[in-house]
Amino acid sequence: MSNGMSLTAIFFFVAIVGLTLVITWWASKRTSSASDFYTAGGGLTGWQNGLAIAGDYLSAASFLGIAGAVALFGFDGFFFSIGYLVAYLVVLYIVAEPLRNLGKFTLADMITARFDSAKVRGTAALSTITIVLFYMIAQLVGAGALIQLLLGIDYWVAVLIVGFMMTTYVLFGGMTATSWVQIIKACLLMLGTVIISFLVLKEFGFSIATMFKEMETATDSGAAYLNPGLKYQNGVDTISMLIALVLGTAGLPHILMRFFTVKDAKTARSSVIWATWIVGIFYILTIFLGFGAAKFVGKEAIISANAAGNMAAPLLAEALGGDILFSFVCAVAFATILAVVAGLVLSGASALSHDIYGQIIKKGKITEKEQVLAARIGSITIAVISILLALGAQTLNVAFLVSLAFCIAGSANLPVIIYTIYWKRFNTAGAITAMLTGLISALILVAVSPNLWNPVEGKAIFVGNPLISLTNPAIISVPLGFLGGFIGTLLSKETNDKKYREVDVKANTGISVQDVSH
Amino acid sequence: MGNNQENKSIMIDYDAIANQESFKALVRRKNSFLWSMTVIFLAAYMLLPILTSYTKVLHQKAFGEITWVWVYSAGLFIMTWCLCHLYVAKANSFDKEAKAIIAEYENGGGRR
Repeated sequence: MSNGMSLTAIFFFVAIVGLTLVITWWASKRTSSASDFYTAGGGLTGWQNGLAIAGDYLSAASFLGIAGAVALFGFDGFFFSIGYLVAYLVVLYIVAEPLRNLGKFTLADMITARFDSAKVRGTAALSTITIVLFYMIAQLVGAGALIQLLLGIDYWVAVLIVGFMMTTYVLFGGMTATSWVQIIKACLLMLGTVIISFLVLKEFGFSIATMFKEMETATDSGAAYLNPGLKYQNGVDTISMLIALVLGTAGLPHILMRFFTVKDAKTARSSVIWATWIVGIFYILTIFLGFGAAKFVGKEAIISANAAGNMAAPLLAEALGGDILFSFVCAVAFATILAVVAGLVLSGASALSHDIYGQIIKKGKITEKEQVLAARIGSITIAVISILLALGAQTLNVAFLVSLAFCIAGSANLPVIIYTIYWKRFNTAGAITAMLTGLISALILVAVSPNLWNPVEGKAIFVGNPLISLTNPAIISVPLGFLGGFIGTLLSKETNDKKYREVDVKANTGISVQDVSH
Repeated sequence: MGNNQENKSIMIDYDAIANQESFKALVRRKNSFLWSMTVIFLAAYMLLPILTSYTKVLHQKAFGEITWVWVYSAGLFIMTWCLCHLYVAKANSFDKEAKAIIAEYENGGGRR
């Protein structure tokens, strides 16, 4: 690996920065209203939004993390790929269309379409901001470490560069710039992944059977490499993690927000199809990335570059494609991070500026101009907070932060979304208790988990025995979110069947003012 | 939500639509389709970690050196894509019904 920047690397990085800035400049001229800023005016087509969803979703944790996990742990690393993909069925079957039919800019808009309460909105905004911050810190810490490794610059400089770029996109180009950065990133990422996978397959003589045969002896794990159990030996913990992966996606604010960028449920549907194909092909290819890295780079070299295995894909690119492919893949990783954090800033800002400032503090009495200004101030606020947190969080494990974000999303957001759409008796109290129970239980369970506690000094942040053995508490906290909403609902006498009928009609027919001629 | 929008949405009589038999039937069939498929794919998905954690059935070789766990995983990928397209096909027919329901409402199926 190079110690400084090669000319090729500089070329690719500058090209990506330049291209995305041109897009931002172009998008800034199309961003004048709040709807432009948050949802690109709702004017994206199915394939555009599908690519943008893929670009928003395939984070550095997917590209670098899963490739590394498969390289080091064989099949156990592939669990992530499966979970992240099947999650799209939950999004498509349960969430996407009703969300599009009911919401405007944020998750809170959708829930308050049924329960017009500042408390409900505030709680939803709180949960959104919490998830965004955890996810964002994970991305920024990962980005800092990666760029530090690739370019040989200091961690804090790297975080500031990424922070500056993401703020620029969102501030000037809003959702239009963010979407196009995500679309381009998705294309680049697919291109890079397909090229590497092709080279890996070529090395194995284009035979999957040969690949598996050779992988049996390629690592020190022998045939066990091709079976589950290298990393995950605790059954309940494995199941819990897979629950978080499959249910968390449907509660992630930056993914949910993407459904407001299309004009109707039909387009929302087609964008999920696009996203599922792209994301699915990508996740299949993580097998080639991981196997290739294990075989042609070797476990020792991967671990010595980065203990978590995050350098597996770039190192594989270098081994098979030389400096040019290495530089390209590093630039793709950079673009990947930029696209994801920009989407996160936007969804955090929507909760802060639209929900908390515009709807709660100003009670919706806010002009279009003020809304856009508030959105921009909110974006800067979210960006600054997450940059500061990331600067102090350098040593935190990135994969842990991401899985925590998925866990909170599945526990705090998914139950309230499902109840809002499908349960007639559900009420205001239930909406609040569902979100708070999910959010708080996920946070507390993680706080007492082995992620933070280890009896051996230096293995975790605190020295001592963890209270629970689960590294991912979704198996407890997701049911608690549902239970909290259930009990909260029954404890309150409030019912509003009329409002539910309205929500039911809207969710199922997509009827809105323009559909009715009178 | 601005006052403007609230005033406008009062113009649609949601109760009238909700009380149409055609609407009730659509929601019933739609929800039973959505939730039964959801139960099926979640079960198929959760079966994977259960089988790999508590049994060795998927650790056996299926084709050459490829073990059943990869075959099962490939099956989950194929399932995801197939169910996506099944959903679209179903949703397109639900769309037609929803249009008919709105048309019925506009033609006085409700209070008018």
